[in-house]
Amino acid sequence: MQTILSIAADSLAYGMVLFVISIGLSVTMGLMKVVNLAHGAFAMIGGYVASYATQQMGLPFGIAVIAAIVCTVLVAIPLERLLYRRIYGAPELTQVLMSIGITFAIIGIANFVMGPTLKTIALPEQLQGPVDLGFRSIAAHKLFAVAVGIVVAGGLWLLVERTPFGVRLRAAVDDAAMAEALGVKTKAVYAISFALAIGLAALGGVVGAQLLPIEPYYALHYMVTFLVVVSVGGAGSIAGALAASLILGLVQTTARYLAPEYGEFFFYLAVIAIVCTFPNGLLGRSK
Amino acid sequence: MKKLFLASLALALTSSVAFADTIKIGVVGPFSGPASLQGRNFQAGIDAWLAVNGNTIGDHTIEIVYRDLPAADPAQSAALTQELIVSEGVQYLAGYYYTPDAMAAAPILEEGNVPMVVFNAATSAIVNASPYVVRTSFTTWQTSTPMAAVARERGINKAMTVVSDYGPGVDAETAFVTAFGGAGGEVVESVRMPMNTNDFSPMMQRIKDSGAEAVFAFLPAGPATLGFMQAYVENGLKDAGVTLLAPGDLTQEPDLVALGTNALGLLTTFHYAVSHDSPENAAFVEAASKAIGNAADLSFPAVGAYDGMYVISKMIEATGGNQDAAAAVEAVKGLSWTSPRGPVSINPENRHITQNIYLREVAQEDGRYINKEIQTFEAQTDPGWKAP
Repeated sequence: MQTILSIAADSLAYGMVLFVISIGLSVTMGLMKVVNLAHGAFAMIGGYVASYATQQMGLPFGIAVIAAIVCTVLVAIPLERLLYRRIYGAPELTQVLMSIGITFAIIGIANFVMGPTLKTIALPEQLQGPVDLGFRSIAAHKLFAVAVGIVVAGGLWLLVERTPFGVRLRAAVDDAAMAEALGVKTKAVYAISFALAIGLAALGGVVGAQLLPIEPYYALHYMVTFLVVVSVGGAGSIAGALAASLILGLVQTTARYLAPEYGEFFFYLAVIAIVCTFPNGLLGRSK
Repeated sequence: MKKLFLASLALALTSSVAFADTIKIGVVGPFSGPASLQGRNFQAGIDAWLAVNGNTIGDHTIEIVYRDLPAADPAQSAALTQELIVSEGVQYLAGYYYTPDAMAAAPILEEGNVPMVVFNAATSAIVNASPYVVRTSFTTWQTSTPMAAVARERGINKAMTVVSDYGPGVDAETAFVTAFGGAGGEVVESVRMPMNTNDFSPMMQRIKDSGAEAVFAFLPAGPATLGFMQAYVENGLKDAGVTLLAPGDLTQEPDLVALGTNALGLLTTFHYAVSHDSPENAAFVEAASKAIGNAADLSFPAVGAYDGMYVISKMIEATGGNQDAAAAVEAVKGLSWTSPRGPVSINPENRHITQNIYLREVAQEDGRYINKEIQTFEAQTDPGWKAP
């Protein structure tokens, strides 16, 4: 029983970290139909900014998180105007090639500017150390990640499903020409959603940094994991991404505890099984 | 007339040695990509040696030719090695960060008449791949074995091993299990973790459940060590008194800044600490810090490269600059000198370096985290080497 509860706690925490860090990609891929392989690179920029703000400048964690999101979005705006805008609606291969190119450029710059070593983000005292759950102790920053995950999931759902902006976004995604004819400024809608996705990437980079440490190759290392979460959950579906993160987190954590020698076997077995049963992802819409 | 011709011919034949010439050394290493820090350390070690000793040996000028191999890639390693020998005309090969790369290049050496000095790759079997391989780094067996004695001295009877699931990890596990069992301890469980593990909490829970008093861990230097150390502290193993023992890869100096207080007090065994207290090391650290630009980036591959350059310089001296791999390797068998890491020698039997292995404790000094040497295991050979 102890073991089961313990695995459940670890799974929830790991799954939520996966969710926070992948949801931005789900937004770009599902709502904006852009295969943005530079998602990990933006998460990494967020992590670097937060690390610099807390370690070098000594700013408090809360301000560092906001700074990370703002700075990453500021970096992304010119990229959106000059590069991404050209590939909206382009064939997927074009999108993949360009965004992977951007990723390599960002890796090179990060390596040059920040150096090849690991960077950590200083956590406030409340988030350090273990918290006693009764049956076991768990790291406080993991509980924080769970909380952030819940807030992000709820907030996004409200935004997309219950606000005028959400209506415009869904309209622009379904039929851009018709939406424009009806007076929706699709370019502005796209720009805002892109900024939102990048902001989420940066937030994920910061919140997830305790499990996925910030270093120049971060941008490539974890890209496969993010893509798996999005494809299992169904691109563009918030609930799908949440379900996928939790299921994959559970499978991965259980396998790591009970049969670590099998490596990623059970993780990918689960992925194959889910994708075979639900070709569009758990809650994805058919094309 | 004929006499004059003969005389000039004789002069031409004998003078190839006397004339100053350039001897090229080809260095293969990860100078870009995820392990570029280690490649830069190769470069820093070489540059430091050249800065201290100059780039001439006798009448010969040394020229270093670098080739970049960003990730372990045996086919590419063989291709680069061949290119260095054939088109660059290098007389010596050096570097090689990963075992598969060194293994792939070794079969070319005899045909090319070129010795190879391995600056890092740490699997015992590499020296058996060719009689022209000399190694100035360490083997995982060499750095892991003394840890068993350390554990027993601290009264630990039951230990568990946790290693990354690849060659050096398996080496570390076998070395520790063999030595710990031999010293009367019991290994209750051995777990191999997949290379790309990032959440170590489940592993820590398993260590707790195993009832071991200590855990022996091996992870390659790099990002994973951070998550591992953090999980060890956050899951309460440090507070519960479960001792963490590891070879020094886990706490290489550039990573210590990030590991921070989590690593304080951690015991590791390794062949080199940047903080080693000796005049040779002080001179080395000064020169190598200047070469790498930032003293905090300095790590163990630099000392492998520095000593490797010393070995190559002795080879050049012994062969008078002529290309003779067999004579060059023969000349350094049994060579002993004082390295920045302490007294070392080349074991004539397997051409691997015999050296002190130090027990170190992560400590904080003047606001910096260091690997503080607290015990010395003198003149350790490679216990993992088996005669072919």
